[in-house]
Amino acid sequence: MRTTAKLFMLMAVLAVSACTNANRFDNAPVDLNAATGNAGGIVPGSASDPSSPAYFQQTVGDRVLFAVDQSTLSPQARATLDGQVQWLLTNSDYNAVIEGHADEQGTRAYNLALGARRANSVMEYLVGQGVPSSRLRFVSYGKERPIEICSEEACYAKNRRAVTIISAGLSS
Amino acid sequence: MKQLVASLMCALLFALVLPLSAVAQSGPLRIEITEGVVEPLPYAVPDFVAESADAQQLAQQIARVVADDLTGTGLFREVPREAHISQITSFGSPVQFADWKAINAQALVTGAVSQEGGRVVVKFRVWDVFAGTELGQGMQFAGTPDGWRRMAHKVADQVYSRITGESGYFDSRVVFVSESGPKDQRAKRLAVMDYDGANVQYLTGSSALVLAPRFSEDGQRVLYTSYETGMPRVHVLEVGTVQSRILQGQDGVMSFAPRFAPNGQTVVYSLTQGSNTDIWAMDIGSGGVRQLTSAPSIETAPSYSPDGSQIVFESDRSGTQQLYVMSAAGGEARRISFGQGRYSTPVWSPRGDMIAFTKQNAGRFHIGVMRTDGSEERLLTASFLDEGPTWSPNGRVIMFARETQGAQGSSSLYTVDISGRNLKRVRTPEGASDPSWGPLQ
Repeated sequence: MRTTAKLFMLMAVLAVSACTNANRFDNAPVDLNAATGNAGGIVPGSASDPSSPAYFQQTVGDRVLFAVDQSTLSPQARATLDGQVQWLLTNSDYNAVIEGHADEQGTRAYNLALGARRANSVMEYLVGQGVPSSRLRFVSYGKERPIEICSEEACYAKNRRAVTIISAGLSS
Repeated sequence: MKQLVASLMCALLFALVLPLSAVAQSGPLRIEITEGVVEPLPYAVPDFVAESADAQQLAQQIARVVADDLTGTGLFREVPREAHISQITSFGSPVQFADWKAINAQALVTGAVSQEGGRVVVKFRVWDVFAGTELGQGMQFAGTPDGWRRMAHKVADQVYSRITGESGYFDSRVVFVSESGPKDQRAKRLAVMDYDGANVQYLTGSSALVLAPRFSEDGQRVLYTSYETGMPRVHVLEVGTVQSRILQGQDGVMSFAPRFAPNGQTVVYSLTQGSNTDIWAMDIGSGGVRQLTSAPSIETAPSYSPDGSQIVFESDRSGTQQLYVMSAAGGEARRISFGQGRYSTPVWSPRGDMIAFTKQNAGRFHIGVMRTDGSEERLLTASFLDEGPTWSPNGRVIMFARETQGAQGSSSLYTVDISGRNLKRVRTPEGASDPSWGPLQ
């Protein structure tokens, strides 16, 4: 997904409002010759476009955090997920993969199972709020994919997460 | 010269027993390693005698690997070569015991190497210096020049075995995960190496995340978890051909933490459906599966007893990770861990008498061992993050992974005696984790 995220950033910089192609992030052409400007406008596919995955990621909030060894959703997490539900219901041509993660304070296999619990908590919540389960799937990375690398609670807290990754045209 | 009475074949080498003494006998020279050895036994290994011109280098190298193996156990201490009074210039000449007694070498290993074309022959004898007798019979191993380290390990296994009365572990391999890159961009690939870190061979690329390889009892196959399809799934790999295939590819579920049964036909692993992780077994031949645990909690890290009748695993059904033992057919499980903290990654010892585990308590990680009923728990290590023990083939040494703290943290393999002594790092070309120790070859 890193590549995808970079692509969004590139598009946000390069794409202009005059761009008429309505394709979303996959295979979207980037017009390098287009004039920039129109700073206040909505750039399709960019974070300012409410129907873009970049908007989902940055404005709606793509992740929720968990307490140590827990997979229950905090009120704050539920609020974030309510936003995700709204977005997913509005943008029904997108699917999502929910990635569950753990911090490094645990053994490998257990953390895989714990990450699955977390991702599944999110998935069950989204489905409970009306997102069709056919549009969702989840995977756990356990402690294999930290985003913060210090060995302190400040980092661990950000690594104990479930991230909703928007994808287009999943035919699962 | 000497007549041959027996031979044993293995993949690369064969061993020939020479009747240099009438009957194999164990002299008074003996190490009892049950309680761990405080004072290592002094021994000498002079350079082996080169019996052909181009064997000079091998004769030295083989003697050095034999010494590294023996000294590396912590049970033996080498008397430095500079202190030697006698030189061994001919394999057949009588040993001047007085010269070895004078430097307090209680055991002496002599050997000879010849090389002709693509064939190397290594001969050796073990001497009980103070008794003035040979310990066991002379033997020889033959192989190709690039198999010289294995021949050296076989010699060391013989020496170890004759002095301790237990089988050795030097001619064995370890499959593990080779790691590179920082914590947030870590690349992982499967690799196999000699027990001492030599001869590393990579078994997969690093394009897909791979975890926790496990050798079969015969060392011919490896089970592991790969994200090749985007989901963690149990794969099986043939070491000889480096061909792998998905074993558990059921749609929408994760499978991981696989391990072979001693029969090599059954595989146990964890399967996650929804939020729930349970232990399943699969017959490799038929693909038939059976669910062994059925609880809403996390059940993972299964490991068979050496007779295949029982499985030890971890579960958080009590609220935290603890160790349980159940029949290999599943059903009722009894909890065996009751100390402070969390217990995980249990592995049954090859002798059947102990279980090694990871323990997490008060912010530290430990590798420990306990009896199979949970009694006599002993912690062998302590660090920021120790994890995933695996037993040496003789059940005397445990290898595990240690991850260091902080943003620059990396993982390395270590070994430690089951007495808790002789903690040592295993040299690997990159970071390393998830070791699985294969059989004595």
